[in-house]
Amino acid sequence: MFKIQISKQIELKACRDGFGEALLELGKRNKDVVVVSADLAESTRCLEFGKKYAERFFEVGVAEQNMAGVAAGLALEGKIPFMCSFGVFSPARNWDQIRISICYNKANVLAAAKFEGPVYIRFAREKSPIMTLPKTKFKIGNAEVFKEGDDVTIIACGSMVYEALLAAKELKKEKIQAEVINCHTIKPIDAKTIIRSAKKTNRVVTIEEHQVNGGLGSAVAEVLAQNYPVPMKIIGMPDKFGESGTGKELLDKYGLNYLNIIKEIKKLI
Amino acid sequence: MKSNLTQLKKMANTLRQDVIKMLVEAGSGHSAGSLGMADIFSALYFKVLNHKPKKPNWANRDRLILSCGHIVPIRYAAMARSGYFPVKELKTLRKLGSRLQGHPSYVDMPALESSSGPLGQGVSVAVGKALAGKMNRKKYFVYCITSDGEHDEGQTWEAIMTAAKYKLDNLIFILDRNKIQIDGYTKDIMPLESLKAKYEAFNWFVLEIDGNDIEKVLKATEIAKRVKDQPKVIIAHTIPGKGVSFMENKWEWHGRAPSKDEAEKALKELQRAL
Repeated sequence: MFKIQISKQIELKACRDGFGEALLELGKRNKDVVVVSADLAESTRCLEFGKKYAERFFEVGVAEQNMAGVAAGLALEGKIPFMCSFGVFSPARNWDQIRISICYNKANVLAAAKFEGPVYIRFAREKSPIMTLPKTKFKIGNAEVFKEGDDVTIIACGSMVYEALLAAKELKKEKIQAEVINCHTIKPIDAKTIIRSAKKTNRVVTIEEHQVNGGLGSAVAEVLAQNYPVPMKIIGMPDKFGESGTGKELLDKYGLNYLNIIKEIKKLI
Repeated sequence: MKSNLTQLKKMANTLRQDVIKMLVEAGSGHSAGSLGMADIFSALYFKVLNHKPKKPNWANRDRLILSCGHIVPIRYAAMARSGYFPVKELKTLRKLGSRLQGHPSYVDMPALESSSGPLGQGVSVAVGKALAGKMNRKKYFVYCITSDGEHDEGQTWEAIMTAAKYKLDNLIFILDRNKIQIDGYTKDIMPLESLKAKYEAFNWFVLEIDGNDIEKVLKATEIAKRVKDQPKVIIAHTIPGKGVSFMENKWEWHGRAPSKDEAEKALKELQRAL
């Protein structure tokens, strides 16, 4: 069992803040770590890196395609570039440059040190509960079983993992034992852990702060459909554009919360 | 609809107050650019544009594309004050279910002509609309508001070349040269000068004016409309945050909304200026 915490008074922190801190630490440990920014250094929290390591920080302006190409060139010459932007711009805007300049070149862009890139990391902007502890395991490519159970599997990523844990806690009161998997790596997906859990529970619900097409749920479905098909529900944005509203309002509107997980599980059981 | 200079100046002040009230109510949004462009929006909606607010899909209307979509609060204010929708609706900015989305949403409000937000895209859409205007032998002008920071994007220059190739003299860019963007001054993030020489090298007709001087805005649009066989750009030097002293020329206000106290202070200052 992995050590995690769940409580009413849990501390909240934005993932991007943690990223900024980690980037500073990486910069200290490895002189090859560089940052390419497209006018979002403050928002993506790479600003502190830029202040501390000005000679390793490149600001290209609002130019995401250029950013991806510059990062590729840096990587091909042995640097470890992190390119920092919003998902709506990167990869939305520089998809072709990511595909050809970075991936087709196997350029080590946005890679965590000691892992061969390229790597894409996605964070939520809003604060989310710090559920992990220093001893919580984390390895790229390994899905972690945060809670074991026999009746249903909930597979979540990012900010939705905590909602999955809350759902499992509520379901326990009704004698439904949910297994909760933190599937933080979407690709390469941990098929072994997913199949093992599906064989045990025979029902899978996935939840992600993302479109239902082409995300975590789809990746899990690809694994299960070919190996061990079970009834499934994919919770996420139902192929819709975003809209204005508070984070909480929008999460509730699209059922990205533990109450909706419970509702969907009851339909499956 | 058509107003005199004094009325336009007064309207610009009203629009600024609207923007402050909208942003504080929303709790987020872009203050500096919205305030800096109030004079131009007053001139456009109350004098320059050939439009019918009660008939937003009138076929011969001038098209206005807001390529730098983040300053849409000032456009909403100008639209409400000119009769597109009730002024009281301004308070719904960024609220769940509102058609006043934080960034322009065409499906929610077709009078915006196009959705925008990610920079460099509206300029191409404006080129397309100008091409269609020529093909359909329509007399309308396409006005495109673009920001200086937006010229970091390669797509902006692709659009600029296309407009010159097709000699789109029905296309007028108004370039908000406020010298700031989200993370700092444009000269620090990505130097742009000389914008005038660049546009001229790309075969555009260029005017450079004080964008907070309504009289100059009116004159520039009159001249620009008359120039033939070339697309036109009015480089409008504006003061970001104009009218609210503690916001003026501060890039930190690019993407920030005022707090309640700051809004109160800002509104007092704007009311005193009347």
